[in-house]
Amino acid sequence: MTPSTGGQTTGLFDDLRDLYQEVILDHGRKPRNFRRLEDATATARGDNPMCGDRIELFVALAPDGNIADAAFQGRGCAISTASASLMTETVKGKTAAQAKALGATFRELAMTGTCPDCGAELADEMERLAPLSGVHEFPSRVKCATLAWHTLNAALDGTKEASSE
Amino acid sequence: MDSIAPVAFDVARIRQDFPILSQPQARGRPLVFLDSGASAQKPRVVIDAMVRCMETAYANVHRGAYRLSELATDAYEAARGATARFINAADVREIVFTKNSTEAMNLVAHCWGRGVMQPGQAVVISELEHHANIVPWQMLRDDKGNELRVCRVNDSGELDMDDLERHLADGKVGLVAIAHMSNVLGTVTPVERIVAMAHAHGARVLLDGSQAAVHRRVDVQAIGCDFYCFTGHKLYGPTGIGVLWARLEHLDRMPPFLGGGDMIASVTFEHSTWAPSPGKFEAGTPAIIEAVGLHAAIDYVTAIGMDAIEAHERTLVDHATARLARVEGLTLLGHAQDRGGVFAFALDAAHPHDLATLLDRAGIAVRAGRHCAEPLHARFGLEGGTTRASFGLYTTTDEIDLLAQALAEAREFFR
Repeated sequence: MTPSTGGQTTGLFDDLRDLYQEVILDHGRKPRNFRRLEDATATARGDNPMCGDRIELFVALAPDGNIADAAFQGRGCAISTASASLMTETVKGKTAAQAKALGATFRELAMTGTCPDCGAELADEMERLAPLSGVHEFPSRVKCATLAWHTLNAALDGTKEASSE
Repeated sequence: MDSIAPVAFDVARIRQDFPILSQPQARGRPLVFLDSGASAQKPRVVIDAMVRCMETAYANVHRGAYRLSELATDAYEAARGATARFINAADVREIVFTKNSTEAMNLVAHCWGRGVMQPGQAVVISELEHHANIVPWQMLRDDKGNELRVCRVNDSGELDMDDLERHLADGKVGLVAIAHMSNVLGTVTPVERIVAMAHAHGARVLLDGSQAAVHRRVDVQAIGCDFYCFTGHKLYGPTGIGVLWARLEHLDRMPPFLGGGDMIASVTFEHSTWAPSPGKFEAGTPAIIEAVGLHAAIDYVTAIGMDAIEAHERTLVDHATARLARVEGLTLLGHAQDRGGVFAFALDAAHPHDLATLLDRAGIAVRAGRHCAEPLHARFGLEGGTTRASFGLYTTTDEIDLLAQALAEAREFFR
């Protein structure tokens, strides 16, 4: 056997590029809004007890009801980190109701790979989240992608804790 | 310990015994099954024995005065005899069949912990335990107040024997409950020393043999412990059957576990009396077909030879230790001197779950997460989990090479 010490690739994982698109790898390595939010008006913790993924989500709601800022901290795989990162970017400026509707549509996308209800009003946002649609082919990974959104619901509903189990 | 005689161990021939190993995986890749520590694959003889039982000799046991029931009872009790011989139990009545190791340990916590141990006595476990050897003792503590003490593990992943001595020193410990082999670190614990130390302080010893019983010869009389637990499905047998071995003197002092049929001597509405051990602990219809499967599995590994299996595994461990050390960015968890074929590791560029998804695409089945050992991962600062490759008697050095190559490539993928 020839020793492999890294560096060479044989394309073993090329067909996983649909799941791990460049935008996901990028957000997984360098998550956006990865910080505490000192002026958060709503927070929640999300846990995936099976794998140990954990996020703490901070949401700052403006007086007009819009999400002024969203941020998170925690640990997780590339999928869950990228999903949380993209989510915090996407929900800024939305109302709580809009953010929850977006979450419901995203969960549908993650589970089935399509979003039949993607109306014109969510089209731009869903396009940003579309790189995560590849998880639907990996049932054990769907909850990695949806953990952040479950946690957002918990924060907005005031239940404080979410679990993807 | 018996010396290990050189035995011809033909892994290629052994692999032919396992039908699943010839099932092609995604894109026609062969299966590289490196999750035997979670549950092992089944050889044809086990599958056939269970089918044959259902086709020719199945009825409920210990009941019917008809030939089929007698055949089934004989088969069930023969499995008990084979199990007793497998771990060199002094008496076949010391073998209690349970659902799995978890149930065996819960049985001891319930019946011995609550029924025999005194409330002021403590239980000592260690940092390397599986949740199944943590939670039952926490439940005992919360129920009856028995203190729970945790023996440290050093940075190599070995038990800190000085710490164990410190825990035992005040003479208040009733039970030391330790894994014979860690399901994460691969560490094999010095069980004879543990027993000698515990007994010198008046404590009993339970060993969680879920991993160890698969990888080496276990002789409960030579070890000298009081309770030994293992499970069928990791030993190439079926799910649904586990084993509690306990010294008869302990079993006889323990109250029953579950109430029901089979575990009684007589029942009136006022009062029931219990069957002698082991029946006292086997309420209801037991796992008859599974016992037959376990018997076949024990016969299978015994025919190959536990010493030969251990020698093969040593080859695998040496190979994996050297090979994985050459994967850049990989950190192995645990470097015990005495270890078995379980390797948990972290790769700098990839989270365990991402890694497992990639490896699966290469036909390599590994486990990702905390492997039911959350406190151990916290001990090593890896709360996010690890990836674990665990070997079976069918594992080859080529498969370890495939793993190492795939890990190097996965690292490039994520960098």
